[in-house]
Amino acid sequence: MDSTILISAALNGLLVGGIYTLVASGLTLIYGVLHIINFAHGSLLMMGMFGVYYLLIKLRLDPYISMLIMVPAMYAIGYVLYKGLIGRFSSGKDENILLITLGLSIVLENLALMFFKGDTRTITVGYSDTMVELGPLLFSLPKVISFFIAMLLCALLGLYIKKSNTGKAIRAVAKERMGARLVGIDVDRIFAISYGIGVATLGAAACLLMPIFYVSPYTGHVFVLVAFTVVVLGGMGSFLGAVVGGLIVGLTESFGGLFLGESLGQIGISLIFILILLFRPQGLFGARG
Amino acid sequence: MLAVNNLTKRFGGLTAVDHASLIVPEGKIIALIGPNGAGKTTLFACIAGFLSIDEGDVQFLTTSVKGRPVHEIARLGMVRTFQITQPFSRLTVHENIAVGAFQRYRHRKEAFAYAHEIAQQVGMGSILELPAAGLTVAMRKRLELARTLATAPKLLLLDEVMAGLNPTEISEIVDVIKDIRAQGVTILLIEHVMQAVMGLSEYLYVLSYGKIIAEGPPADVVRNPIVVEAYLGHGATGGDSGHA
Amino acid sequence: MRRTPEPIAWTGHVLILAVACIFPFVFPSPFMVNFGVLALFYAFIGQSWNIAGGFAGQLSFGHVVFFGAGAYASTILQVRFGVNPWIGLPVSAVAGGLVGWLIGYLSFRAGLRGSYFALITLAFAEMLRIIANSVEITGGGLGLLIPAKPSVANFQFPERVGFYFLILVLVTVSIAIAIWLKHSRFGAQLAAIRENEDAARALGINVFSEKLKILILSGALGGIGGCFFSQYFLYIDPIIVFGVDKSVEMLLVSMIGGAGTVYGPLIGAVLLAAISDTARVVTNIQGLSLVIYGGLLILIIAFLPNGLIDLIQRLTKRRPK
Repeated sequence: MDSTILISAALNGLLVGGIYTLVASGLTLIYGVLHIINFAHGSLLMMGMFGVYYLLIKLRLDPYISMLIMVPAMYAIGYVLYKGLIGRFSSGKDENILLITLGLSIVLENLALMFFKGDTRTITVGYSDTMVELGPLLFSLPKVISFFIAMLLCALLGLYIKKSNTGKAIRAVAKERMGARLVGIDVDRIFAISYGIGVATLGAAACLLMPIFYVSPYTGHVFVLVAFTVVVLGGMGSFLGAVVGGLIVGLTESFGGLFLGESLGQIGISLIFILILLFRPQGLFGARG
Repeated sequence: MLAVNNLTKRFGGLTAVDHASLIVPEGKIIALIGPNGAGKTTLFACIAGFLSIDEGDVQFLTTSVKGRPVHEIARLGMVRTFQITQPFSRLTVHENIAVGAFQRYRHRKEAFAYAHEIAQQVGMGSILELPAAGLTVAMRKRLELARTLATAPKLLLLDEVMAGLNPTEISEIVDVIKDIRAQGVTILLIEHVMQAVMGLSEYLYVLSYGKIIAEGPPADVVRNPIVVEAYLGHGATGGDSGHA
Repeated sequence: MRRTPEPIAWTGHVLILAVACIFPFVFPSPFMVNFGVLALFYAFIGQSWNIAGGFAGQLSFGHVVFFGAGAYASTILQVRFGVNPWIGLPVSAVAGGLVGWLIGYLSFRAGLRGSYFALITLAFAEMLRIIANSVEITGGGLGLLIPAKPSVANFQFPERVGFYFLILVLVTVSIAIAIWLKHSRFGAQLAAIRENEDAARALGINVFSEKLKILILSGALGGIGGCFFSQYFLYIDPIIVFGVDKSVEMLLVSMIGGAGTVYGPLIGAVLLAAISDTARVVTNIQGLSLVIYGGLLILIIAFLPNGLIDLIQRLTKRRPK
């Protein structure tokens, strides 16, 4: 096989993988802090993408610009969701909260179905077809832009968690809930903030994905498995894991498509997920436990 | 009935149990005592198959049970209770005990009848229909005891079955345990409540930092200065060792 | 936490069965018969989920994997190899059971529990969907069409009511299995495993083997459901029979009706079919019924974790002291 095709597939995979990292970082943050598996992650992303779609259609807002609206809006939605729903039930059995987020994802998906109907939507902007040249290789400009913004946002998020006061509080709660409470941290508020941030990353990811992908009410399913695979591969609660995992999953998807074809190529992700859970459930960087 | 030889268990760099050996003769009540963190529950877990053993051996009824799965060891007749009770929360007391009884009887009718008997024996006959989740700590301890008893075990490993009980409850449980022994069940128990240990057991083993530092009849062990030091710290003089 | 609901007397079971039997004669319109078939179908596949998820506590999010395995097994045999479609019933049971064994063996050997188990079943279902979408023998993305040749011998009842009674038989069997579980040693051990796996193990229960057994049984039932579905609709494709929707429905009817109860799936199924058919008739909005249903799931988990059966029992009986 021509080496340019391989390199092109690899790089394209990495580009998309960067966005998966962003999606997964929200999920891993939520897990790391709240210890809940947010099954609604995929459908929340889907809703975000519909938001970006309509912001473009109705208000002519470029998807990258609409990040300024989407991120705070999704943060608010996440915060409210936590306070109103998730927070009430996040104590108690681990499976209960999984079921509640499942219920939430069902409601969101079918609301989308009701209001937006089942067709897939894509957007086109002025630069949708512009290509970036790198030697013999061509890359779609939106993909490149999205990748770099995704990586930037991940870095910013990482920095925020590390350096800011809230970030420190978040890390404290993630590490030792009771202890954090004892030193006076408002744990419930941190939970709400963390969930909010987790959903906010989806707002950003939605803006980055719309120019290069499509949305339909069923897109949630696709992304849930991808997000979970990245998180499980990288290690639940590990930020570095989300980065590495995202890139690996992006590569897998790309090579899968290259070697196995459009249809069978998708199997790589489910396979990784299954193999990791069976043989190394803590992932690459997660703690055993 | 039970012979533990030089059992050693390590967690990374920490040696939790260090060449511990003990013998439990049939029909006796033997107690394992020692300060907190000595490794008693770890030793139990190793004996009953919950943790893998690094060195040494466990012989139950003259066959080695090292490395056997938990449920197999339980079926051979060695059953343990847990320090933090593990009830089947949404099942009733009767149903809880019946799960144990089903190890002895195949059919529901007989299993439930036997469970009823056991419940009465431990003094829970009047609360059979209560869900396990609603029980007090004392009752949960008793349920744990009843459930394991219903499997018709040969050797019972009781892990701090008296923790959290008031003196009345303690003397009630002591009577129940004596009763169980009278029926021919051998008992090895971990306990901190010295009143119970002195009243029940015929032989003591003392564990400290994973090692057996003393053994013998209760009266002797309690006076042993090595034992007192283990509990009260270096330089402590003789006297009752009291609670850990 | 509430205890499990009290069992129903024999007369109750017979009464419910009788009502189900005369239903199509009281409401013979095609719409109502179809409603009946749908409700019973959901009750059947719901029960398949229930015996693993409700009784044994092994929640799965990908239960459709057994359904699809059965659907494809029986349909491929019929359409590609000309085998008599009735053979499809036992074949689909075996197919579902085999998939159950495979998934159970791998997952339980690896010690997967709770949420991890739920998610891995989802991944298995997705994997099989992709495979079904990509290979020749399943017809790929186009799916498989069963040629319409109505005759009983061909497992295509000329009168739809034939399907009704077949699914009724299947549901009755599944309910009988559930009743048996409630009274048997196996069922008691599963309940113990559900409540506290480690304590169950400590009492001598071979947790691995019991979990595996129930998943095989659950898979077999799911597979049969797939076969029935194929014969009723005469068309299957990877999204329909390996897609997330069926997994969700199997889980929903059981959880809402009452997981771990004998009649929970039936109650949940009747409700789902009713909401679904009503929504379809009254408005044409796709997705409305599932919005309602998803919301119900949240409410049930939050306020009525033992399902609607619990509510019904509380309203019709005096609380025992």
